[in-house]
Amino acid sequence: MMNLSRSVALISLFLLPLLSFSFSVDNPTDRRVLVLLDDLSLKSSHSIFFNTLKSRGFDLDFKLAEDSKLALQRYGQYLYDGLIIFAPSTERLGGSLDSKSIADFVDSGRDLILSADTYASDLIRGIATECGVDFDEDSSAMVIDHTSFSVSDVDGDHTLIASDDFVKSDVILGKTKIEAPVLFRGVAHSLNPSNNLVLKVLSASPSAYSANPSSMLSSPPQLTGSAISLVSVMQARNNARVVISGSVQLFSDRLIRSGVQKAGSPNQYEKSGNEQFVTELSKWVFHERGHLKAGSLVHHRVGETDEPAIYRIKDDLEFSVEIYEWSGKSWEPYVANDVQVQFYMMSPYVLKTLSTDKKGLFHTSFKVPDVYGVFQFKVEYEKLGYSTLSLSKQIPVRPYRHNEYERFIPTAYPYYGACFTTMAGFFVFSFVYLYHK
Amino acid sequence: MAALESPQPGTPTAMRNAFGNVLSVLILVLIGVLAFSIRLFSVIKYESVIHEFDPYFNYRVTQFLSKNGIYEFWNWFDDRTWYPLGRVIGGTVYPGLTLTAGTIWWVLNSLNIPLSVETVCVFTAPVFSAFASWATYLLTKEVKGSGAGLAAAALLAMVPSYISRSVAGSYDNEAVAIFALIFTFYLYIKTLNTGSLFYATLNALAYFYMVCSWGGYTFIINLIPMHALLCIVTGRYSPRLYIAYAPLVVLGTLLAALVPVVGFNAVLTSEHFASFLVFIIIHVVALVYYIKGILSPKMFKVAVTLVVSIGMVVCFIVVAILVALVASSPTGGWSGRSLSLLDPTYASKYIPIIASVSEHQPPTWPSYFMDINVLAFLVPAGIIACFSPLSDASSFVVLYIVMSVYFSGVMVRLMLVLAPAACIMSGIALSQAFDVFTGSIKYQLGALSNSTDDTEDNTSTNNAPKDDASAGKTDKGEEIVKERPSKKGKKKEREPADKPSVKSKIKKKALVLPLEASIVALLLLIMLGAFYVIHCVWAAAEAYSAPSIVLTSQSRDGLHVFDDFRESYAWLSHNTDVDDKVASWWDYGYQTTAMANRTVIVDNNTWNNTHIATVGTAMSSPEKAAWEIFNSLDVKYVLVVFGGLIGYPSDDINKFLWMVRIGGGVFPHIKEADYLRDGQYRIDSEATPTMLNCLMYKLSYYRFVETDGKGYDRVRRTEIGKKNFKLTHFEEVFTSHHWMVRIYKLKPPRNRIRGRAKKLKSKTSSGLSSKSVKKNPWI
Repeated sequence: MMNLSRSVALISLFLLPLLSFSFSVDNPTDRRVLVLLDDLSLKSSHSIFFNTLKSRGFDLDFKLAEDSKLALQRYGQYLYDGLIIFAPSTERLGGSLDSKSIADFVDSGRDLILSADTYASDLIRGIATECGVDFDEDSSAMVIDHTSFSVSDVDGDHTLIASDDFVKSDVILGKTKIEAPVLFRGVAHSLNPSNNLVLKVLSASPSAYSANPSSMLSSPPQLTGSAISLVSVMQARNNARVVISGSVQLFSDRLIRSGVQKAGSPNQYEKSGNEQFVTELSKWVFHERGHLKAGSLVHHRVGETDEPAIYRIKDDLEFSVEIYEWSGKSWEPYVANDVQVQFYMMSPYVLKTLSTDKKGLFHTSFKVPDVYGVFQFKVEYEKLGYSTLSLSKQIPVRPYRHNEYERFIPTAYPYYGACFTTMAGFFVFSFVYLYHK
Repeated sequence: MAALESPQPGTPTAMRNAFGNVLSVLILVLIGVLAFSIRLFSVIKYESVIHEFDPYFNYRVTQFLSKNGIYEFWNWFDDRTWYPLGRVIGGTVYPGLTLTAGTIWWVLNSLNIPLSVETVCVFTAPVFSAFASWATYLLTKEVKGSGAGLAAAALLAMVPSYISRSVAGSYDNEAVAIFALIFTFYLYIKTLNTGSLFYATLNALAYFYMVCSWGGYTFIINLIPMHALLCIVTGRYSPRLYIAYAPLVVLGTLLAALVPVVGFNAVLTSEHFASFLVFIIIHVVALVYYIKGILSPKMFKVAVTLVVSIGMVVCFIVVAILVALVASSPTGGWSGRSLSLLDPTYASKYIPIIASVSEHQPPTWPSYFMDINVLAFLVPAGIIACFSPLSDASSFVVLYIVMSVYFSGVMVRLMLVLAPAACIMSGIALSQAFDVFTGSIKYQLGALSNSTDDTEDNTSTNNAPKDDASAGKTDKGEEIVKERPSKKGKKKEREPADKPSVKSKIKKKALVLPLEASIVALLLLIMLGAFYVIHCVWAAAEAYSAPSIVLTSQSRDGLHVFDDFRESYAWLSHNTDVDDKVASWWDYGYQTTAMANRTVIVDNNTWNNTHIATVGTAMSSPEKAAWEIFNSLDVKYVLVVFGGLIGYPSDDINKFLWMVRIGGGVFPHIKEADYLRDGQYRIDSEATPTMLNCLMYKLSYYRFVETDGKGYDRVRRTEIGKKNFKLTHFEEVFTSHHWMVRIYKLKPPRNRIRGRAKKLKSKTSSGLSSKSVKKNPWI
């Protein structure tokens, strides 16, 4: 693994001009992003968001969602590292794209920002479902909140939500706290609680519900309260990241620029939290933050440096692993005190928290348990917002060799004594018996 | 060999003896060649290849030994089997066979004969069956003279039961163990006959070799004490018996404890207790004889009452302790296999894992005829011959045959132990019969030609029985032997020794049969022998030479070869990662590690019931549960053997009920009844849903319907119940040419977890209405 990444680094050194903008193991940030719009006017109405991306070095390629020349890959190679779909009403995508090819795009480790809206098409809903997010089935429904709406909501139907219920994660939303509430107008979605890959980033308040604002409620709403998620993220098992938002307007210049005052709250903000929110979220989703990389697992006996092919029970060993975090530009040492290693055979026999030297090296030492078998060093690191690290390395543990046992056990000395005196006694006895007449 | 005993050189008798000896050496060499060459059918018909399952493991171990040396072998921890537990091979394997073949290979290589390890392994069994027939000669010679010995050796060289375990390529423990067994018995009898400590020591060493080779050594360590006890009880105690028995127990137990796999079991398990009990008894008896010699009869009586009363108490205490010890251990101190020997129904009642092996089942009657053929009829005659006269040695072989008949009736596998006994008995019977017939022919011919010459007549009658091998010489041997016993026992011993010789002389007169009858009987005997030879050659050529990894079938359009096993093992070794784990039913574990060099979860060494039950449970679970079990064991590939396409009956579907039973024995949610429809095991449309949804069914019959459009299973002779289905957690990666082996790969967990909207949509109306009724807080 180390060799591979090293050689990749070497190759990329030579091909730097060609590859500098591409996505690789060593440089996980996306570079080429395809933006699919259902109307090219979105390009200008959402320019702040797109410009922040451009200013961070992204190469945006705007296309109409129904463009017949659309293609994500050519000759088996993906042309883009990321995909932004701001086309809520598109019934079918142009070219060779469909919901399956987008799912495959995500399965190849690439990232996606998907935004739906009221009257979102089945296609968009389908893609969201593939990612584990269920939009309200009633396509005319919107999130309505009669308590935490934005006072600037001129329509008076309380569909412009001002929400400040963020996920508590510095990794996803950045270190600086988002002070102003985020304005949201759009469709609600829900997550399956048993799905541990998706996460609510922006939740609705307990008083929110999802319904058609222009018609009377004939039956109680399907989605209510904090079960409603406004913006969710999904990190797939291969660390592909997906942001799913129920509102395209969330990203729009209008909401970014507008001031916000949450109903019933005295705090009035000049600018809504939208800009900070979408910028930080886009940093996360395009792997500028929270992306971890681990070197190979290194282990050896205490006092040695080479990795043995097999351990003996009760050996003392030292274990280390290097973990780095991608800062958007370079790999920085990852610092945490909760990385654990398991010495695992069907169940963890040893579970130890690794200590770090703050330079990216995590290490510990422990004694091999008194059980032989084929063990694994396992580092399973799943922390909110960070990419998942799942490393394992197999190592057999053998019992003592025949000559590694204690030869003379102190407690057995009476028996040794008995044995030898019997032998001597027998010898003397036979001598006396035979020759003493 | 008999030349040593020949009385005066130069006389015609000595000449004839010398000639006889040369002839018998020649015959023995020929018997060795016969024993070796009759086992080569498998090499000629198929190829020089290791057979079946266990031999592959032994082969792999031998390879390791020849590569890494004995110390590495002793300490070998194998991480390729029983993943993730691993197996300490050095401490759990009987090393005799491996060491033997490894030594042969080493010797040959140092002589610059560059044979491959595989070749040595393939031919170890035939070579040792030649040794075994020579050992049989020696043993039978000790019992009834060299004539019987030669007959027994010839019979053993080609007895089908033994051939079945020792054809070229069948590189299993039994291949050398039968030789060790017979040779140990020979040395015991030899010690018993000579009373020599030298032979007693050799006997212990031979026993050590047997312990090294096979778990069947417990047969020896129980049979010999039984015989010693029999001798004591029947008043045949002699110092020779003591010398034959006591050193064997002491040295043998010490040596047995040196074998890692036996270790302290040599003194801890109840299979060995009989020998210790008899060891005590024989000392008590020896002491009694000694005291009897010292004391006057009156004093002796007092002493006897004293000793008996004390002895009773001691015995009672010892027995009580033993019973307590045995009862306190969970299996009653007896290992499962041994328990199923005493109570044949034990295994099938309590240990499905033992009962599931076909060779642990009781044999059927035809298998006796198949495996020992005419010997079955000759054995009773042999037993009768052993009783006239009954010596220590002949009582031993009688005991041997009785015990082995019982044990073979419990387990097919132990038919192998019966075979040498049957051969010895039949050899004795044949030789005695030949003696009588040729003797009487000679007598009759002599009477015809020299009816007038009295002196000639006398010599011929006197010489005939003596020279024609067995009977006469044994008598003489008996006398020589019987003269040695200690002075005290002499009077008693003398009597029975004298009686038979007198009797036999009387008999010899009476046993002179009419010429015609003798000739006809001789011809019939020869015909019987001829039938035996024909049967044995047929058995060797047709029945027992299949290597079982390559199958052939003869049909109208010629010979079909099914080489699917090796094809798929080769696929595994070329297309999977070195550390990938392959799960299959345990039958194929040894082959997978040996041929594909991949890690397996369970193999043919059944030491961990739970682990096997886990695999059994996975095979009998629905796909998702099975995937979870396999994934927790890091399994990458699942291998199933399927015979439905070509009609190969010993496939996994036929073994499946055992997987259910073994799995259910540990994990009670697997119930055998769920897989049976009205107590019947079936896979057609009548089968239970549990059966049709279990992993084994799915992996066996996946895409099977594509072969003929109907899914007709040729083994079960029915159409399968569930024909079109998809696999969600497994994907087919390899199916061999005749579909005998199918390999599936576990799919990785899904990259994303899908939402449920689509599912709900189909149910929208019903789901919504019911939900709205339930959840509505405003109504």
